Amino acid sequence: MHDLFTGKYAAFIGPAFAITAVTFVAMIASSLAHARRWRRRYEELAAAKDAQTEPRP
Amino acid sequence: MIPAPAFLANPERFMAFSRWAAPLIGAIAVALAVAGLWLGFTAPEDYQQGATVKIMFIHVPAAWLSMFVYVCMGIASFLALVFRHALADAAAQAAAPLGAAFTGLALITGSLWGRPMWGAWWVWDARLTSVLVLFLFYLAYMALRASLDDETKASRAGAILALVGLINLPVVHWSVNWWNTLHQGASVFRKGGSALDPVYLTPLLLMGLAYTAAFGALWLVRIRGEVWRRRAEAAALRLARG
Repeated sequence: MHDLFTGKYAAFIGPAFAITAVTFVAMIASSLAHARRWRRRYEELAAAKDAQTEPRP
Repeated sequence: MIPAPAFLANPERFMAFSRWAAPLIGAIAVALAVAGLWLGFTAPEDYQQGATVKIMFIHVPAAWLSMFVYVCMGIASFLALVFRHALADAAAQAAAPLGAAFTGLALITGSLWGRPMWGAWWVWDARLTSVLVLFLFYLAYMALRASLDDETKASRAGAILALVGLINLPVVHWSVNWWNTLHQGASVFRKGGSALDPVYLTPLLLMGLAYTAAFGALWLVRIRGEVWRRRAEAAALRLARG
């Protein structure tokens, strides 16, 4: 590992690992955000529907 | 009737299963990646490739996953098209962006390895070109689905496109045998056993399993997101009707 990011091929190895790390972070973040966003939206709509169907006093 | 695990056939059971399975599989992926990266970074430099052999530990699993994800998407599309299974359609839709990301990674990391080893960022050889076509199939699938407002039409059109794209997979896999390519032939899964020394094979297989587990966890999360989206759209429709 000693000269992996400073040796002769560092200009290729560093970006390869950096791009892979960024891609994985993006995949994780977008997947979690997508699921959370739509779950929240569903819960808001379900609550609105419940409020709509409640009998008025 | 194709027998399917109960959780795949029933959205409620799938949601209950994926709620605990996704973080568990994700944790397994992290543990495998840590072990794979540790062994990969401490492996000796290759006599021909030098330190660039380290790129293989992230490039080869990405290339494997680019095809594996498409196979998953193809099976899900088939089930959605033939059996009109809503969860299978959600699974196909959820797999596409992940497959595109793995294929993009395979192309970029391959290019970063190719420049110092081949002296070129890109060559139009059969393997590279067929993987680029695979990447374009993922993009076309996502664009097609996004362009159609009608969910049923989008599902059917996307499934047909995904099934057509399956034709490309044997081309990707056997391109190095069918044509004279700059890209090397199979060196891990081949007749007569792997050509790799265990010092490289072990971290490579660990990283392959880590990528597969990561895909499994993220796929479950994205399918959950698709189920919530469809539920939200149905709830919005019910609310609008009063």
